[in-house]
Amino acid sequence: MIQLHNIDKHFGNQHVLKDVSLQVPPGQVTALIGPSGSGKSTLLRCINLLETPSAGQITLGDASLQFGHGHAQPGRQDIHRLRLQTGMVFQNFQLFPHRTALENVMEGLLVVKKWPRSQAEARARELLQQVGMAHKADAWPGTLSGGQQQRVAIARALAQSPGLLLCDEPTSALDPELASEVVAVLRQLAANKMTMLIATHDLRLAATLADTVVFLEDGRIVEQGSSRQLFLQPQNPRTASYVSTLTEGLPEDW
Amino acid sequence: MPEWLKLMVESLPSLLYAGLVFTVPLTLLSFACGLSLGFVTALVRLYGPKPLADGFRFYVWLIRGTPLLVQLFLIFYGLPKAGIVFDPLPAAVIGFSLNVGAYTSEVIRAALLAVPRGQWEAAYSIGLTWAQAMRRTILPQASRVAVPPLANTFISLIKDTSLAAVLTVPEIFQAAQRIASVTYEPLILYTETALIYLVFSSVLSAGQQKLEARFGQHLHQAQETK
Repeated sequence: MIQLHNIDKHFGNQHVLKDVSLQVPPGQVTALIGPSGSGKSTLLRCINLLETPSAGQITLGDASLQFGHGHAQPGRQDIHRLRLQTGMVFQNFQLFPHRTALENVMEGLLVVKKWPRSQAEARARELLQQVGMAHKADAWPGTLSGGQQQRVAIARALAQSPGLLLCDEPTSALDPELASEVVAVLRQLAANKMTMLIATHDLRLAATLADTVVFLEDGRIVEQGSSRQLFLQPQNPRTASYVSTLTEGLPEDW
Repeated sequence: MPEWLKLMVESLPSLLYAGLVFTVPLTLLSFACGLSLGFVTALVRLYGPKPLADGFRFYVWLIRGTPLLVQLFLIFYGLPKAGIVFDPLPAAVIGFSLNVGAYTSEVIRAALLAVPRGQWEAAYSIGLTWAQAMRRTILPQASRVAVPPLANTFISLIKDTSLAAVLTVPEIFQAAQRIASVTYEPLILYTETALIYLVFSSVLSAGQQKLEARFGQHLHQAQETK
């Protein structure tokens, strides 16, 4: 079970997340949409504790942490336990440039899981195969295209079999063609019932990939529902106006 | 053989001996201690508690703002007045290490900051601890940035060790002075001394290039394929 309860986040006197509660259904894809600065990224980063929520509760599987007044700062062990339940895909890939594609995927298995090298390598090759990058196992990230780097990054995020894959604008740094090869990988993961939470500006991606869509604005959840419902029959006028960029399509006089 | 060449050849063993027994160990030891000190200083200034960071900043300010020669005199000739007495060689090692530490700390600090924040986050996201991320993700990338300026410091240090002559350490320069004072051939002796320093620093520059290539492996290949 993946549950966020009343998450609040302040940066100084900026209130970035306001009482956000969210349940991510297992085996499904949930998309977070909303304008820039709405708090999508911060929400994702709160889930794997790259940011510490100011208040609220996060439950991932059997790990649960509470934040805010009356709760001790989470210890390293707690953070570590929660983090290992998630994998994270970044907008700018953030592969380790001094390690090959294969070594990038092996890193967590070797260092965190302490697997023997041969076993880690076998698992990493299998994952690279899954994302269609087996032929580039020994390449340095700098020699790969953006789409290829992102696919390796997905393999790296999946290496330790997390229960939840967090994707922060996974296609935003890519041109449409490269983005589509990343989307294909995400689609295949969705078909395999990987639980995913994807923050994205790409409404088409959200509409076609996600089961549930959550519209976030100004740090608040404005509306959430099935992808079809949120895009075709938005209840809130703000949602309607935001998703209209997708649903209206091209202007009639084009 | 002309007279000047004969003198050079005759004095070469003494100078090389002084170089290999004093200059080289003095340089290596001071650099190793100084680099460690510089690393600790950089870490504390970046990640340590404020009072401690301020203390290290004071140290860097003090060392960088005063002449090395004065520092060496203070340690070797000054401190005995306060009851702290060092032999010439330890005094030199302490002086040079403090100096190298101050300068390299800034190099290391800049190199650590040059690694994008996202690399820390990527390392954390796969479950690495701070220390693991530092060792396996950040340091290797920072090293590539740090090697050229660190090599600068190192080469400066080789030459600066000649200052140890004034602390009566019998390194190359002191050996040259000694020979020059009996042969009355300062031009020849000091030319030879300069050449020996030149050879030493050239060898080290070559080493630097090797090191740079190693830390920049991934970049060289990236460039080739483009």
